[in-house]
Amino acid sequence: MTGTEIARDRKAAVSVRSLSKTFGQGEYAITALDSVELDILENEFFTLLGPSGCGKTTLLRLIAGFELPTNGSISLQDQDITDKPPHRRPINTVFQNYALFPHMTVAENIGFGLRMLGRPTAEIKQTTERMLALVQLEAMAGRRTDQLSGGQQQRVALARALAPAPKVLLLDEPLAALDLKLRKSMQIELKSLQAETGITFVFVTHDQEEALTMSDRIAVMKSGKILQIGTPRDIYDRPTHRFVADFIGDINILEGTVEHTDGDLATVRLKDGTRVSAHLGTASARSGDVSVAIRPENVRLASTGETPTLTGILENIVYFGAATNLHLRLGTGEEMVIRNPGAVDEGRYQPGATIGAILQPELIRVLE
Amino acid sequence: MSGREPQSALAAAIEQNKRTERVTRAWLLAPALTIILAISILPLGITVVYSFLTPGTYGGVTWEFSTDSYVQFLFQRDIFDDTLVFNSAYVSIFLRSIGLALGATLGALILGFPTAYFIATKPREQRNIWLFLITLPFWTNLLIRTYAMLLIIRDEGIINIMLMKAGIISSPLTILYTDTAVFIGLIYSFLPFMVLPIYASLEKLDFSLVEAGYDLYANRLKVLFHVIVPLAKPGIVAGCILVFIPGLGAYITPELLGGGKKLMIGNMIAMQFGASRNWPFGSAAALILMALVILVLLLNALAARRGASNNG
Amino acid sequence: MADPTTAMPASAQPRQRRRLVRDLKAMPGFTATAWLCIVTLYLPILVLIAFSFNENRSVVLWTGFSLDWYAKALENDGIRNAAWVSVKIALFATVISTIAATMAALATTRTKKFAGQGLVYGIINQPLMIPEIVTAIATLSLFALVKKVTGLTGIGYLMLAHAAFCIPFAYMPIRARLETMTLTLEQAAADLYAPPLKVFTLVTLPLLGPGIVAGAMLAFVVSLDDVIITLMIAGPGETTLPIYILGAIRRGITPEINAVSTILVAVSVLLVMLLFLVQRRMQR
Repeated sequence: MTGTEIARDRKAAVSVRSLSKTFGQGEYAITALDSVELDILENEFFTLLGPSGCGKTTLLRLIAGFELPTNGSISLQDQDITDKPPHRRPINTVFQNYALFPHMTVAENIGFGLRMLGRPTAEIKQTTERMLALVQLEAMAGRRTDQLSGGQQQRVALARALAPAPKVLLLDEPLAALDLKLRKSMQIELKSLQAETGITFVFVTHDQEEALTMSDRIAVMKSGKILQIGTPRDIYDRPTHRFVADFIGDINILEGTVEHTDGDLATVRLKDGTRVSAHLGTASARSGDVSVAIRPENVRLASTGETPTLTGILENIVYFGAATNLHLRLGTGEEMVIRNPGAVDEGRYQPGATIGAILQPELIRVLE
Repeated sequence: MSGREPQSALAAAIEQNKRTERVTRAWLLAPALTIILAISILPLGITVVYSFLTPGTYGGVTWEFSTDSYVQFLFQRDIFDDTLVFNSAYVSIFLRSIGLALGATLGALILGFPTAYFIATKPREQRNIWLFLITLPFWTNLLIRTYAMLLIIRDEGIINIMLMKAGIISSPLTILYTDTAVFIGLIYSFLPFMVLPIYASLEKLDFSLVEAGYDLYANRLKVLFHVIVPLAKPGIVAGCILVFIPGLGAYITPELLGGGKKLMIGNMIAMQFGASRNWPFGSAAALILMALVILVLLLNALAARRGASNNG
Repeated sequence: MADPTTAMPASAQPRQRRRLVRDLKAMPGFTATAWLCIVTLYLPILVLIAFSFNENRSVVLWTGFSLDWYAKALENDGIRNAAWVSVKIALFATVISTIAATMAALATTRTKKFAGQGLVYGIINQPLMIPEIVTAIATLSLFALVKKVTGLTGIGYLMLAHAAFCIPFAYMPIRARLETMTLTLEQAAADLYAPPLKVFTLVTLPLLGPGIVAGAMLAFVVSLDDVIITLMIAGPGETTLPIYILGAIRRGITPEINAVSTILVAVSVLLVMLLFLVQRRMQR
């Protein structure tokens, strides 16, 4: 099942159409977003992933309403909200540095949204208590926010944004300020919170591992454009762009020429003459020079007697517990990494040895 | 068609936001700008006009055009044959003021630089205390501080008493109502203005450079003049300007410590609006003082720009 | 207990090394100069304060402690009137200048950069850049003209003049505070359904509070201490405390002046120390 198939089954929570944002004017103008098209579905954990400066935070700020786009439209459940100010959008944000109000207690922070919506006091009290329980901070209700630890502040920010029961929750790198261990446990907590509340989460991060673990779908962005949208498996196993392939996990990229195509499959001749068949996917290149990609874990060592797909000279062995990376220099001059689960026989695999590698044909992709 | 309509709505919203922001800003700025324009800047225009009028008999002005105020600054009109004779009285007051202000600037620099350096090399907590001690006098009444200075430097002040008791002098030193008194008073009044900007530039200084300097120069004085002073130059220049300008326009210090006899520009201007009652001349003198100040600031801006382009 | 012979060098060594590093930074005579500065800045004031408590009429010889001069000063109608005029003017100038400065600071930090921003800074800081005597005679000229045309007299002129030169002092800490306050908090409030006015009253204003207090205190101190502008503009019956003190000094030195001066210095110092504490809290 691909990302587009899911999109057909479910309703869109947020629809973004040809959205552009330019900062500054004239020769100093910077295009932060360039004609972005995007549908975020109801009850989805959606992640915007990309390096800093790719436009992911700008996109989030436009959805939140902190800035007006230069062009295009944003709708929320089929209602155009493009030019609505932030306080008129049923969307809440968890800010990168939490942005908790320092002059209010934890409970006052959490109740702020409901108070602004003019909800009755009893309801505010009840919801605040429910939220405190949800993030396990009942004991902290009366505390000032600067008396809390980073992880606790994070939870207050989350509870504050969830309290008004928004249609969409935006999270701007909310875990970036936490240490690794806390980040891991918050990842799981966030994911289960999303499942529990059923609210659409739009999560911004530059951490590919975080994106893969938490998301239902991911949009990979670069230079103000979305390169690929798909499930974590789509993005990881079937990258369509060299940038996506490179940005997420490790990958081997080999240059070659398309000889002929048969449906989704292309026969590609590598530089040393070896022929491999690769999946085309959505790649537009049906002939000529292309790049093909394969993950290190999808390459295995040829056992004795087996005919290897490619051979190379072993240059380096890097062992890291669960797996061993073997760095080969291929006949084409390109480098290839093989990830072998567990350790390898060090007597047999010595730097300088000639090694055979087998590429799993169904996992080779042609890139844009 | 449906694609165009929301776009024009968006454009309208962007335009509306900009307009709201402009209007809000204008209203927010209005009170401060109105007050300062009306009560501080408009009067400068009036001063320019007054400087070209004829003095009224009992103060104020008579609305008759005249350049006498500027002529009077340099010349005296001979009462018998109406010729102009050069008169050095006012020019010398200006020169005296410039001299005193320059002297005080130099004095403040000699005292202020080591102090700023000393503070900058202290641990952070101690620095704050020192800075507070240096700043505090600035926020106490300048008149009272000057009066306090008068108390200790006069003939029967504690400085003279202590010196006499110690047997260093037999009769009191006359300091009060001399140029020395004004000089001391100016340093005392504006010393914090010298210390703070120098401190601000030294605070950013990486003292490992100083240590590196010892490798290369090996001598304290050389390190001071080749490494530290060049790096602290912006602060030194700012400090000198901040001492020189108020020193030049000082009123209270020469009034109290100079005994009203040793005039500076500030007192001379004030006198024209009081006992001497020559408002146009006072206005002209004030404008010449302002021109001097602007000249100093312009020279500084020019030097700063040249420095910047040399570096770039 | 550790063996003293081995413990000694271990504890002495790092201390020695530290002193060596500090020595490298220290310059000969600089410490003495710094102390000389402090003595120069404080000795005169301390002598003045000390003699305000002298029992003797002499301001030269110390004979014993007494609060008589304070009692005399407080009974003096001239001083009491002057103090009341000073406070009235300072309060008016503080309120007006703080409101104007707060609004201007919001305009220069909470809206997008605009053409003419440099000019606005220039105008707001103008009273700081021109010698006070020039501002004083210029304001006198304007007020003389206005008085002649309208026939209006009164303390209002002084109040307005004070408000004008207090604005840059009030503006400085308020703008500094706004610049360190991230816009994110205000955005968070808007995100949580607070309309612009509520964002301002519930988030911006409470957080700006310390800055406004600091600005108001500076304005008050600056107004209270002003001599030159007040001296030139003040009409009969508009004598402020500093002007009264100046007149008294011209007539001759008395311990009574020392007492009033000490009170005025104490008020300024207390306000500035309070300000220092407020700003330290702000930094947290």
